Amino acid sequence: MAVLVDITKCIGCEGCTVACKRYNNLNFKAKPRNVKDDGNVELDDNRWTVIQEFHGEKNDKLRFVKKQCLHCKEPACASACFSKAIQKDEKTGAVVYYPDLCVGCRYCLVACPYSIPKYQWNEQFPQVSKCQMCSERVSKGDAPACVSACTTGALMSGDRDELLKKAHEIINSDSRYINHVYGEHEVGGAEWLYISDVPFEELGFKDVSNVPVTSYTKSYLSKVPGLAACWALFLSGIAFYNYRVDKNRNQIHDPHDNDDQDKEG
Amino acid sequence: MKVYKCFRILGWDFTITPVRFVLTGLVALMVATVVLRLLTGFQYVTNLTDETPWGMWIAFDVMCGVALAGGGYSTALLVSIFQYKEFHVVARGALLTSLLGYILVMAGLFLDIGQWFNFWRPFVSWGYTSVLFEVFWCISIYTTVLSIEFFEIITERILRKKLHRYIVKILPVLVVIGLIFPVMHQSSLGGLFLIMKERMFPLWWSEFLPLYFLLSSFFIGSAMVTIETTLAKTAYGHEIPHNIMLKLTRVGAGMMFVYLLLKLYDLFEKHEWNYVFQGTLQSNMYCVEMLFGILIPLVIIVSPLSKKRGGLLTYATLTVFGVILNRLNCVFTSMYESGSYFPGIGEIIVSVGLISMGVLIYCFLVENFNIIGNERAVQVKIDKDKDIKNLIWALLRTKRR
Repeated sequence: MAVLVDITKCIGCEGCTVACKRYNNLNFKAKPRNVKDDGNVELDDNRWTVIQEFHGEKNDKLRFVKKQCLHCKEPACASACFSKAIQKDEKTGAVVYYPDLCVGCRYCLVACPYSIPKYQWNEQFPQVSKCQMCSERVSKGDAPACVSACTTGALMSGDRDELLKKAHEIINSDSRYINHVYGEHEVGGAEWLYISDVPFEELGFKDVSNVPVTSYTKSYLSKVPGLAACWALFLSGIAFYNYRVDKNRNQIHDPHDNDDQDKEG
Repeated sequence: MKVYKCFRILGWDFTITPVRFVLTGLVALMVATVVLRLLTGFQYVTNLTDETPWGMWIAFDVMCGVALAGGGYSTALLVSIFQYKEFHVVARGALLTSLLGYILVMAGLFLDIGQWFNFWRPFVSWGYTSVLFEVFWCISIYTTVLSIEFFEIITERILRKKLHRYIVKILPVLVVIGLIFPVMHQSSLGGLFLIMKERMFPLWWSEFLPLYFLLSSFFIGSAMVTIETTLAKTAYGHEIPHNIMLKLTRVGAGMMFVYLLLKLYDLFEKHEWNYVFQGTLQSNMYCVEMLFGILIPLVIIVSPLSKKRGGLLTYATLTVFGVILNRLNCVFTSMYESGSYFPGIGEIIVSVGLISMGVLIYCFLVENFNIIGNERAVQVKIDKDKDIKNLIWALLRTKRR
């Protein structure tokens, strides 16, 4: 399941954010915790999706950008979790959080290239909070709550490849669009795709490379067992050599005394 | 009235000094904060936010704590594997400092996790794609190994007949195991940052991060041993020949030189010189870190200054400062916007309290076990009293003052 966001069609009605809060039982009364310098509200533990408003460089355009977890194809948060509390659902593609497994180390918050996961800082036993792409709805074949609530057709859900094709068709058929589908290749690609007529940098999208960040940890961790084994062999080899040298020396000095002295500290 | 008192209760030495009173107070303050933290979460105790999810407990207590505890493995490596027998005099002290360091690191980690009752999850739910998973396992195993190694010293005094010879028998194996895991997780602590490529300032992010952390933990290790022996000398009058300390730090300084070469290679390879001198907070912090933490210590160690005690101590202090700054920079300067995080009073109380606890335990163990060269170290200028009545009297008297 993937979602295509056509930024040109969004009117900022906030219907999706309300649907998200209702479906996920989030607190409507919670005050925004993270407000950016430009006045836009950022995600927090009670806002799994937000609408941010941008006025363009010359203050001549008004665009609304829906922000939520992009559900990466190579999710850094899931790869970073050391207790498998965040997993990518193979069937739906949603990156889902399992609070029971969570230890609360917040490595996912630091690892996410888009800084999407947030934390329940006011709770006694806080949990991570982020968009789950309504994985229960999606696994039943429904669209995520926000997509169902969208009245202008700015959000379209469906198969990722088909949506990508559609996105490129839209871009090619209309010259106003920027020729870039955000989310197609960004850090390895994401389930959420954006097309826009305003350059993405002006809309608060982060300029990231196409290399998935998980590849760095993967290549490091793949080397660890081999290096550790070599190191262990090297150490035990030298330790054994030292042991023999000591033993021989003792025998030369005192042939009757076979007990070697302990030398470790 | 004498301020130093030593009491022997059931054969154990307890020393009371004004400094230790203050330290005990700090520990008590920490305990109260810890209870508050564990019962109410992060909101009253820490300044953590969504933008700055890792704070002082991770950057200072864990990152720096582990690095500072590098003295244990680096000394053990030199003594047991490369047969630098003359370093044996500092090995036990280094072992104890490491063990205490790791226990405090574990305490810091435990406080920093949100659902602390879930701390055991990674043992059963294996998130093997995470570098933190490796760090977690290695730290757990290594702390266990260190404890057993230290148990050899403990059993010299208690349970000597029952346990001591068994521990001595398995010690060679433990030493080897105890050298595999620290090397693995010191590098993995750097590996933790690999995934943050898109968030870190380019001067700190590098594919060599694991190697940087490993090398720096090695040279901060020997620097820490130098500082520790200097402190032990002032407190316990236990002197280690200067040439031994010099030799030990020179091995560390060699590692530091390799570190510098790698850093330079990195800068040239990625064409990052423009970041170094752009004058922003990040680039300035980087320059401070490299100048005071690496370049000046290297100059000191090759200059005649290192022949003097003061020179060597300056080298060690600067090195420790540099590595601590490096760890703080990796978390704060490179990832967070300037000034957006400053540790809360609760975070500082806990960190200070943990260190005080470490100092108190160190003193107690050194005074009761053969760690720095004699059966029981005695703090200089101490007046020995031997019964429990005096302890109570001293406590009362100090209160009145």
